[in-house]
Parts: sequence; structure tokens; C-alpha cells
Amino acid sequence: MAETVKLVIDGKEVTAESGRTVLEAAREAGIQIPTLCNHESLPPYGACRFCIVEVTVPGKKTRLQASCGMPVVQGMEVKTQSERVRKTRRILAELMLARCPDSSVVRELAAQVGVTKSRFRQLPGLSSTIVGKSGCIMCGMCVRLCDHVMKIGALAFEGRGIRRRTTTPFGQPTDVCLCCGACSSICPTQAIEHMRIRPRAPTRIPSEFELGMAHRKPVYIPFPQAVPRVPVIDRENCINFKTGGCKVCEDNCGARAIDHKQEAQTRELRVGTIVIATGFSLFDAGQMPRYGYGRLKNVVNALEFERLCHASGPTGGKIITKEGKTPGAVAILHCIGSRDENHLKYCSRVCCMYSLKFAHLVKEKTGAEVYNLYIDVRAFGKGYEEFYKRLLGEGVHFIRGKAAEVTDVPENAEERGKLIVVCEDTLLGLTRRLPVDMVILSSGLRPAKGAEKVAQTFALSCAQGDFFLEKHPKLAPVDTASDGIFLAGACQGPKDIPDAVAQGGAAAAGALSLMDRGKFVLEPVTAQIKEELCAGCKLCLANCPYQAITFDAEKKVSVVAKELCKGCGTCVAGCPSGAAQQENFEDRQVFAEIEGVLASTS
Amino acid sequence: MAEDSFEPKIIGFLCRWCSYTGADLAGTSRIHYPPNLAAIRVMCSGRVDPTFVVQAFAEGADGVLIAGCHPGDCHYSEGNYKAMRRYPILLKLLEQFGIERERVRLEWVSASEGNKFAEVVTDMTQQLKALGPLNWPARKAAGSQEQRLPLRQVAKGVAAHV
Amino acid sequence: MSNEKPKVAFYWCASCGGCEEAVVDLHEKILDVVAAVDIVLWPVALDFKKHHIEALKPKEIAVAFINGAVRLSEHEEWVKLLREKSGLVVAFGACAHLGGIPGLANYTTRDEILANKYHRAVTVDNPQKLLPQTESKVNGYALELPALWNDVRPLDEVIEVDYYLPGCPPPVDLIVAAVTAILKGELPPKGTVIGPLKSLCESCSLNSTKPEKMAIKEFKRVATSTPDPKTCFLAQGYVCMGPATRSGCGERCIKGNMPCRGCFGPTPEARDQGTKFLSSLASMLEAKTEAEAQAVADTIVDPVGTFYRFSLPKSLLRRRRVKT
Repeated sequence: MAETVKLVIDGKEVTAESGRTVLEAAREAGIQIPTLCNHESLPPYGACRFCIVEVTVPGKKTRLQASCGMPVVQGMEVKTQSERVRKTRRILAELMLARCPDSSVVRELAAQVGVTKSRFRQLPGLSSTIVGKSGCIMCGMCVRLCDHVMKIGALAFEGRGIRRRTTTPFGQPTDVCLCCGACSSICPTQAIEHMRIRPRAPTRIPSEFELGMAHRKPVYIPFPQAVPRVPVIDRENCINFKTGGCKVCEDNCGARAIDHKQEAQTRELRVGTIVIATGFSLFDAGQMPRYGYGRLKNVVNALEFERLCHASGPTGGKIITKEGKTPGAVAILHCIGSRDENHLKYCSRVCCMYSLKFAHLVKEKTGAEVYNLYIDVRAFGKGYEEFYKRLLGEGVHFIRGKAAEVTDVPENAEERGKLIVVCEDTLLGLTRRLPVDMVILSSGLRPAKGAEKVAQTFALSCAQGDFFLEKHPKLAPVDTASDGIFLAGACQGPKDIPDAVAQGGAAAAGALSLMDRGKFVLEPVTAQIKEELCAGCKLCLANCPYQAITFDAEKKVSVVAKELCKGCGTCVAGCPSGAAQQENFEDRQVFAEIEGVLASTS
Repeated sequence: MAEDSFEPKIIGFLCRWCSYTGADLAGTSRIHYPPNLAAIRVMCSGRVDPTFVVQAFAEGADGVLIAGCHPGDCHYSEGNYKAMRRYPILLKLLEQFGIERERVRLEWVSASEGNKFAEVVTDMTQQLKALGPLNWPARKAAGSQEQRLPLRQVAKGVAAHV
Repeated sequence: MSNEKPKVAFYWCASCGGCEEAVVDLHEKILDVVAAVDIVLWPVALDFKKHHIEALKPKEIAVAFINGAVRLSEHEEWVKLLREKSGLVVAFGACAHLGGIPGLANYTTRDEILANKYHRAVTVDNPQKLLPQTESKVNGYALELPALWNDVRPLDEVIEVDYYLPGCPPPVDLIVAAVTAILKGELPPKGTVIGPLKSLCESCSLNSTKPEKMAIKEFKRVATSTPDPKTCFLAQGYVCMGPATRSGCGERCIKGNMPCRGCFGPTPEARDQGTKFLSSLASMLEAKTEAEAQAVADTIVDPVGTFYRFSLPKSLLRRRRVKT
């Protein structure tokens, strides 16, 4: 049980845990004491002295003390706003101003205590090699942070007296610095200039969810709707994994939920049904260089535009160009990658509707001219056609003709500084050049990255561009050839949310009914290997795509697992000794058929 | 020579999922094609052992068709690839035996390609008609004597080679 | 019968003499054999003539071991004679069992063979283009030669065979096992091939070095490269008929760093050794397209000669087509 201490701050009775500092006790009681060099991640240093208060410990003289480092004592009396304290603070402010006349933080703090100019003269020269004009107040937080917390040690104090300054080794830019940005984030005067420590811009970690359009920290919540909505630590970028230091996040977590020592674990689960819902990936529009994706600044793909319009996205939901301006004209190019002999032969189903959605959003948010360049408008679902009609009414320009090219090379003055979409308007019979400020590429859908590995692991067939093959396109759209493995969502083929949700329900129902039944029906045409004939040559193993054949090292024979065998018979033809046969399709049965058929036709 | 009345006998090994269904579709669609093919259904073209092909020829077939799903679409994932790998070596073997490569065909026919199936059978029948019957000699029963040609006649045959 | 010892006959048809040597390889055990049986015919070692055999009663010979393939009229006559006079006939060795190496003559024709030997051979001086005749007169005496057939046949296509001793030649322990079983009267069902049921891989010491999934990119030949004696030959890309060949030979060839050539013939369930092996071998090729499959196929120089080295006459097609 922690001991508590009773003290009086500014006439108020305050109870604090024994061991806390006066500053902490005051803050907990809601009393503000100004500080510069204090930070919860660092032990108190007492460098700036701004937190000075008048303290009377029972039985001792009243003195001025830095509250950041003073532990609470039973019965002590603290005054944070007494005349003596104010006067001292003003002198401190003047001293600070003399040292850092250009620091806005120092000037603000000085103003708080009523000081606007200093009677002291400024010291010649900079007090640090790592700060710019704003001035270093020698609080030492950057040094202590880099050394003790981050365990990197790229900064230190150098020199004594008035020549004391913060600097890098030998005063030169150093490679020891890991560009973590901790020093500049903690510097109370915002004085540190990174390039002076290491002449390399810090590599910012691109946020995967924001598709690289915004950045994240090594500890991050992937996106606000993540399930579970807990942060994750990126091992590759986290300083703790590089130096053993930092752990600021762990120190700050009130719930003590962070443990850097956690290791990734592989768990083995024994299950009877599996639902595969591995999703899709967007077609890489960079494969079609004529649209300028990756080369021209304001050409974005569909997912990037989704983030631009989203209120929690990198622009806060404002549709703006990379230059920060509201576009006056936007072109939306349908069928990028899809319905294309050279890329995706199929239609990706969802792009027309999301293109219409974008058109509507652009119109609503910016009032810009919107051009949708389409081959067909596939508005196949409930309310879809009506939405299309609505857009026509909103004045969106629909041009029937897949865009040929997006270029930034102007042909006249009007086109200068714009992106020009070159297309053939087949309804008008004209080639057109549309000068716009932003181009959205409605890219098609492809199977998710790593789909081949998933297919191999679960022995799934693939069709139509590597989407997983369902058992039957009409009668069993969520089943697969393997009992117990179900498909749901875009991994089975491009589809939009209502369809994906429906499939999810169907797959769940299929899985539940199988689990409920507790058994399933085997194929009657499975293969079997006669133990007395099998020499254990293992040539049959490679023939099975379902990994149904295993080699029994003890008996030195190969064995077919009936539950996994689908009855194709390939291993039977692949057995060099005839030990493997397929029930109902044995070699002798087929020979008898051949004989019978030829005898009857002679 | 009964050339005009020669009707080739083709044995077709059709896979249950694609090519057999495709053949079925040819039938339900009332597509006309020669009746020379007798179908033997297997679950997958990967089940087709080259021994079947050779047995068919030995038993009197003039041609053999192996039909399966298109590569990548095999119902059992890869069975048709095994059929594809066996085919060129089988062809080479048969050619060494003197069986023309036109007599064995490996075709990919999907369940919806009734037309293609009919075309394949029609084309193959025509080709075989032009090639003529194979008439592979039957295995002689134990104890039967081979006709003993006087060697003078043999000498004539030999002279033709020199 | 005054003589209680069972009578045994050895005869050779189209043969290399190796099977005879296999019997001699019994070494001192042969004395036991000679002590236990009465050999009434053995052209290579004893001087009995045809009339001796003709004089015997039907089935008086307990067992006749006939090796060599049948391709002369003389062979036919003799084997039919022996069948009449023997209670059991054993097809001894690969040639009698399957056709053997002489069986490769089925890849050509009699006319071709004669033309090559008597007309085209560079060491033959035969300007009159003479050929051996079945009947001719020399110095007033009539000479007869057997007729040469177009087809080489395994023994069981000419007479009924009771048992087969596989191998080129059959190994000593199999011979001893067969002879012992026959003499004791502990006979397996008629038509049995005397030997194990499984293929070579079961007893081959290199089987454990096989990877679980084999993928062959191209085939290698022992004529142009040397296999690694410690790794499965098939896994190295050499055509080894082991997986499709009955075991029982003791892997003599494997131990001599030569891939198996299939002399023991197919396993019981395989109807055709060559195509069964082809089916299995081709399934393992690393080929994802028809062009790739063709490229690998091109590296097998002689499928018939490789897959049917010993079994061509026993195969389903039996011989190369002769167009009339």
C-alpha cells in the first residue's frame, strides 16, 4: 500500500503518493506550474529552473526549490505564485530571452510572466551546432533522450561554462544518428535542425492504409476501423529493436499493455472447416505507362482517391491536388486494366459503380467539371441505374471511349499546367483533348497478393485470372472441390460489398451445416495402393494435387488418405508397378471396356 | 481395297468433367458428326495411362483421342498437365512402332465446347480415312505356326531392300 | 521307372548362353543338383540328341527349363517336343519370359536382317547376293537349315508355360528356390513368375535418397555421362526402369553404377512394362506447357529401345508395324 503524504499547495490541501515530486502533486491537483525542461519520459533534470516554487518544510527555512525534482514531504507548504516566485521567474525569463531571443516558445513563456525584453546581453555565437536560430536553452533533454532512452547516443554536451553547448561527436554530422526524430520532438524550443545532426532527411514510414499518401509511426493503429483496434509495433522501424532503447510507448501506456519482448508465435489449430476470404488487390496501373500513374503527379488510382475523399484520410476529406488546390476539372477513366487482352481479360464488375460514386463525390465536394470516360456503363444492381441517371442530371460528362493517354505536354496555352486526357468520343465521332487537374484511374481487381500460395496450400483450383475456383458457378458458388473449404468474397471473383456479404453468409452457413452434420460423404472413386504390391518408390506422391498420398517410412509403402482423395486417378496412371488402382476405374476395367467397345464395332 | 467403305474406329478417352460433358453437349445440341468415336469415360485425363492407348491399337482401333479440360481449368487442378507431359513421349514411342502421329490426338475440350468436340471427331475421322486402317495384327495363340515361306521368296523380298 | 531320380531337361533357343552359365554358377551346388536329378538334355554340356528325347514317354521329363526366345522353325519343333515330353515347362530367363534382347529384332524385319548380314555387311564378299536356304544339296547330300521367322516370340506364345524364372540371367538364389520348390512338389499356381511381387525400389539401397517430389528437366544418358553412385539414378535424370521392374535380382546393375534396364520384366499388375513406365516417368517431367513437354521428350533418344529393351515381344504391340 503506497503511503500518502498530505501537503498544502497555494492554500489547497493536497494528498499525494509518497515519492512523487511537488510538480507531479501540483499537476494532479490541477495546479499549473510552468516548465521547459520537464518531460514524463525523462527523469527530472532541473536545468531550466522555471518550475521554481517557494517551499516550507516543517522545521526548516522557507526556500526556493525546483518543484520538478523535489519529493513531497508530509506537512510541507508550497507557494507557486508568491511574489518571490514571480520575481524569480521574470529574471529567469529575461535570462532565457537573452540566450534565445528568436525562440517563439521562450518569448511566449516570457510573455506569460510579463517579460518582453531582456536587460542582459546575448552571448556571442550559437550555443549548439545542432540548432538553428531559435536557440538552445541547454535543457539537455535531447541529449538525455538520445543517450538514455533511445540508447543511440548521437548527441552530448560539450565544453564548460559559457562555452557549454549541445553537439554531435566532433561537432560534425554523424551517422550514429538513426533519424528517429525523438530529439526534435522533445525539444521544448523546437530548435533542433535535423540536417545539422545527420544530413539526410529522415525516411518517413509510409502508411500502408493511406497508400503512402500519409505517414505513420513505428507504433500505430492501422486504421480507425481496424479489428482489433489495438496498436501494433513495426519491428523493422521501431528503435527498441535497433538499439534496445526508447520504449517511450511502453512507459506511457497506463494499461501496461505493451511488451516489446513479445515474439511472433505459430499456432496450430485443428479445424474441420475453413473459409477462405483473402480478398483482392488492385491492378497496378503502372503497367499501363500511357496513363502516367507513378509519373504524373495528379494521377491517382481508385483506392488512393478513396482515401482522398475520406474524412479520416490524409487530406481530411478534401479533394485537392498534390499542389493543395481544389481541382477545376477531374477525369475518371473506366476500365483501367480490365476488359483488356493485354492485361485482365475480364470485367472487374465494381469499377463502373465506384467511378460513378467518385463522380458524384467530386461534384458534391468541389463542383468541378467531371468527365467519365467509359466503354460501357455497367450499372447492374439495385438502385444502380437510378444512380447513373442522377449523375446525368448532376451534369457529369459521360464520354463513351476508353481514354488513350494522359499527358502533361500542352499543345496550347490553355493546356499549360494541366493534365490532358486524350480520348476518342465514339458517340460524337471526335478525338478530344480534355484538360483536367486530376485524373482518377478506375483500376480493375486482381486476386490478392500471395493468392498462389494460398491456392497451393489448400489445393484450390484457379480460373479466370487466378481467382479461386468454386465448385460450380451456379449451384455451388461458395464451395470448393475440397469438402470443408469454402470461399467468400473477392477472392472468388470481383464483386461488390452486398455480394461479398451474401457470400460470407453462405460460406458460414455451409461451414456450420457441415460441422453440425459431423460427417461428409467420400468419393466412391478413390485411389488405393495395395500394400503387398507397393515398393515404396514414391513416384505417385508428386501426382497428387491434394497431398492425399503420404509415404509411410516404417512400412516403406505409400498410402492414400481416402478423405483427401478426390478420385482423379492421376496417381494410378503415374504408378509404375500397378500397385495403385482407382476404385471403379481399375486398369482391368478400362481394358475390358476397350476390348468390349472394339469387339462390338468390328 | 475397300477404301470408300473404310470406317475408322476411334476410341476416345474423355474426362468426366469437361470433355465428356462437351461431347454430351454436342449430342444435346444435335450437332452432326461422324459416329466413329466410341467414348470411354474416365474421371480425369490424368487417369489415361499410355497402356490404354497401346491396348486400343492392339485390339483394333485406328485412332485414339485423349480429351481433357483446358490447362489451368482441370477439375482436379493438374491432372491434364500429367496427360500433356505423357503425350510427346508416347507419340515418339508410337512413331517408332510405325503408328503415325495423326492416329493419337490430345485435345482440350471444355464442357461448353460441343462444337469443338464435333469438329475434332470429324477432322480425325477424315484424317484416318485418308491414312487407312491400322489393322494391327492380333497376337497369335500359343502353338500356332507361322506360315513358312520358302526362302527363295524371302530372297526376293530381301532383294527389294538392297 | 527303374531310375528314381526325376528327369530334367535344359534347352536353349535364341539365346546368348548366359542362362547356361547361370546354371553353372551354382558352383559346387551343381553337384547336389546332378546328384538329385537326371539331366536328359543339355546341348551345351551333354551329348544327348533329338532321338533320345523323342524316345521318351509323354511327361516322362519332370521339368524342362527352356531359355532363349523362339524365332527359328527348329526352336518351334524342339519346344513343342519338350512340351509333349515334360510334365512342367519353365521359361528360364528373360528371353523365354519376355523375348529378351533378341526380341529387339521385332523392331526390324527378317528381310532387313538378312540383307544386312549377307549383302550389306562390309566384311562379307557376296557378289552373287546369295542367301542361306532351308534346303540345298552339297556334294550330293541334302542339307537343311531352319527357317527364320519374321517375329521373335516369347516361349508362351508357342507352347504352354507352367512357370517363369525372370532375369537376364536369373540369379542363382532364384534358380535354387525354383528347383527346390519343384523337386519338393511345393508349387505355386500355374503361370506364376517365380520372384517377389514388388518393384526394384523396395530393395534398392538408393531409394532413400529419392526426394519426395521428383521433377525431371531433361534426361541424361550413361553413354555420355557418369551417374553419381550414391543417389537415386532417376532423381539424377537417368532413365532407370527400377520402379517398373520386378525385384529379386539383388540390384546387380545398380551396384555396378548402372541404372536398371528392366530385365526382370513388369510387376504382376502391369500389363505392359514399357507404357506403364512411360506413364509414370512422364508424369514427373518439369513441364508446364506443351512446348516444354516436347523439349524434355526430345532428350529421350530411343523410347522403344529404352523402355522395351527386354520385353518388346511381350509388349501389347509386340513388334514394329510392317506395312503390306
